Amino acid sequence: MPRTGVFICHCGTNIAGTVDIEKAVEASRNFPGVVHADDYRYLCSEMGQDLIKKAIEDNKLERVVVGTCSPRMHEGTFRKAAAEAGLNPYLLEVANIREHCSWVHKDIEEGTPKAIALLRAAVAKAVLNESLDAPELEVEKRALVIGGGIAGIQAAIDIAEAGYEVDVVEREPSIGGRMAQLEKTFPTLDCSACILTPKMVEAAQHPNINLITYSEVEEVKGFVGQFDVKIRQKARSVDPVKCTGCGVCYEKCPAKASSEFEMGLSKRKAIYVPFPQAVPNVPVIDRDACLYFRKGRCQICEKECPPQAIVYDQKDEFIERRYGTIIVATGFDQMSPSQYGEYGYGQHPDILTGLEFERLFNASGPTGGKVVRLSDGKPPKKVVFVQCVGSRDKARGMNYCSKICCMYTAKQAVLLKEKVPDAKSYVFYIDVRTAGKGYEEFQRRAAEEYDVAYLRGQVGKIFPEGDHLVVHGVDSLSGKIIEIKADMVVLAAASIARADAPDLGRIVGINSDSYHFFNEAHPKLKPVETHTAGIFIAGACQAPKDIPDTVAQASAAAVKAVGLLSKDFLKGEACTAEVNQAECSGCMYCEAVCPYSAINPVEIEERYHGGTLKRTVAEVNPALCQGCGSCTVICRSGSVNLKGFSNEQILAEVDAICLQR
Amino acid sequence: MATSNKSRLVDEMKMQSGQDPNNCYQCAKCSAACPVTAAMDLLPHQVIRYLQLGLEEDLAKSKTPWICASCFTCAARCPRDLDLARMMEGIRLVMLRRREGNKFGPADLTPEQLEKLPQQALVSGFRKYNK
Repeated sequence: MPRTGVFICHCGTNIAGTVDIEKAVEASRNFPGVVHADDYRYLCSEMGQDLIKKAIEDNKLERVVVGTCSPRMHEGTFRKAAAEAGLNPYLLEVANIREHCSWVHKDIEEGTPKAIALLRAAVAKAVLNESLDAPELEVEKRALVIGGGIAGIQAAIDIAEAGYEVDVVEREPSIGGRMAQLEKTFPTLDCSACILTPKMVEAAQHPNINLITYSEVEEVKGFVGQFDVKIRQKARSVDPVKCTGCGVCYEKCPAKASSEFEMGLSKRKAIYVPFPQAVPNVPVIDRDACLYFRKGRCQICEKECPPQAIVYDQKDEFIERRYGTIIVATGFDQMSPSQYGEYGYGQHPDILTGLEFERLFNASGPTGGKVVRLSDGKPPKKVVFVQCVGSRDKARGMNYCSKICCMYTAKQAVLLKEKVPDAKSYVFYIDVRTAGKGYEEFQRRAAEEYDVAYLRGQVGKIFPEGDHLVVHGVDSLSGKIIEIKADMVVLAAASIARADAPDLGRIVGINSDSYHFFNEAHPKLKPVETHTAGIFIAGACQAPKDIPDTVAQASAAAVKAVGLLSKDFLKGEACTAEVNQAECSGCMYCEAVCPYSAINPVEIEERYHGGTLKRTVAEVNPALCQGCGSCTVICRSGSVNLKGFSNEQILAEVDAICLQR
Repeated sequence: MATSNKSRLVDEMKMQSGQDPNNCYQCAKCSAACPVTAAMDLLPHQVIRYLQLGLEEDLAKSKTPWICASCFTCAARCPRDLDLARMMEGIRLVMLRRREGNKFGPADLTPEQLEKLPQQALVSGFRKYNK
């Protein structure tokens, strides 16, 4: 029987309040194998750890059980202390007598025997513990950033500046993302392009950054330090090396399609760059719109292209590379308000969403920067903004607040006043939420200096009447029904997760919340980590957020990625599964349930009646195994065991609890 | 939003309608959508606010619950998934029961009447006139 020591923590009164520590120590002394038992006020303190270390040395302890908080809190702390005293860290066992006991009991009479039972179980398990070693895993010194918006660009620049290679995969023909679509940014009214394009150029020119545009991630295999990624580079139909970006092709192209960048408010050519400052400035042929691809003739771009860069028979190509870490920064979409029949979106050209309205201000936008009604080209004199369209709506939309609408509405109302000085803005709001540096001041300026009328209430219906749109709403503060004959209506549509976010989540191996926003590992303390080691998230793919928050999160994710890349080796999981191949029948059910593809069939030779017999059995790759235990559960012959959590150990714990007297 | 006054009317209305006025965040979309606000002394969202505050006597004086036509536009538009039309009906039922008292119950009717009268009319009658 190994010499075992038991240490019980008071955790102030957290444990001592509902567990009689003295009794627990006394009881522990009588457990089989226990040669030493002690208690301390705060075991996790330096003094507490020293107490354990000293006892290990003085009493020649071979196993240690600590009765403390959850192993999620301090298992690492105590294992490190044990290792410093020369004990293999996996010979230390934690009995969770706080979360599993003292916190859930009120009565010391009930808490104490339960704590003793948990300690007895931990001792029974510890006796069967074995020394384990965590494998060392190599780290590929290259990062992948998925998404080339401001979050992806910022993260890539930060990682590149730290001296590591980064690949940025962007689905669209150009990086820039949503921020490229904006005219101005709140609350400073900086020109969005003026602050974004230098970053886009920096990313393009940085020797450590490799932009892979018009591409999508198709497959991610492997694990932290060694993600094997397959990227589909869609056929551009243009040779990026030959192309000089002169633009003759899209000037001459006769075919048109709706412009995604302009939110469908204007047309682009079949061969196009999404916007003038595109990076890379290499056009793409939209094969669904191109006359040559649809009908087999035209080829004007090919004839006109001075450097002969058009390649019609280009095929999708696949890039397969290994990365040490991945940052997901895929951004957000705007909800289409067409399901809100009362707002008439889609029924009238002068009812727009916030992002559509934003494009009207832009010099390269659908109206050349003139804020006019799309119906008749006249500047609008009365504009009604409706807030919370699809946000804060658990019945028909999203239950959350989209966070940015209050501010961009104030911004657009201010910009409108500057473009059309005699225009009057009305904002129907439920609450004005302006938490952020300089935000409240900006919104008040809109109301006070730019004469924006804030009406506290909602809009019941919008319908056209002659030249106008009649907006029927209410101001709940005065209790008056309000009717406004507006020239234009702007709906602050909810920010939502990308429609294919769950698909990407499945490919990359991270999960998302009920709205399909990617989940952070901890809402407060791990805001950019995910539950999958080595994969980080940044920007509006995690939750709706403004540019400053997005950039901050991107830099945070970059630091996490760099921290990982700076290591030559990572410690892997020590508690991995192992197969007793003598008992394994080779049914391979374990292979089917393994989420990490860590189990493979192998052929072994066995002696059998004097001859040899070849048969297939399962084998675990310990580098891939994450110790989830699925295989041990499915195994019919019980021949798979999880190191550190073997069937024998678990049963010993059960026996210790059930067979106590 | 906590109710400041304990109100029997609110409790009974909740039981009748299955709707909790505390789920309302007062966006007033119901009032913006309601087609008969012109005839109301309290706007629909104000009725909910009065329920939240437990202003029973003021509600008893209001014409609004009686003007509500149960067109359910408010319920269709409500972002909080509340059915204000049902709440209005709840208020009306509570008021009726209070005013009209215990007029008749199943025991007051002959077996013949019980058999002949339409079930719906009976149930509706009991709901209004039987405590």
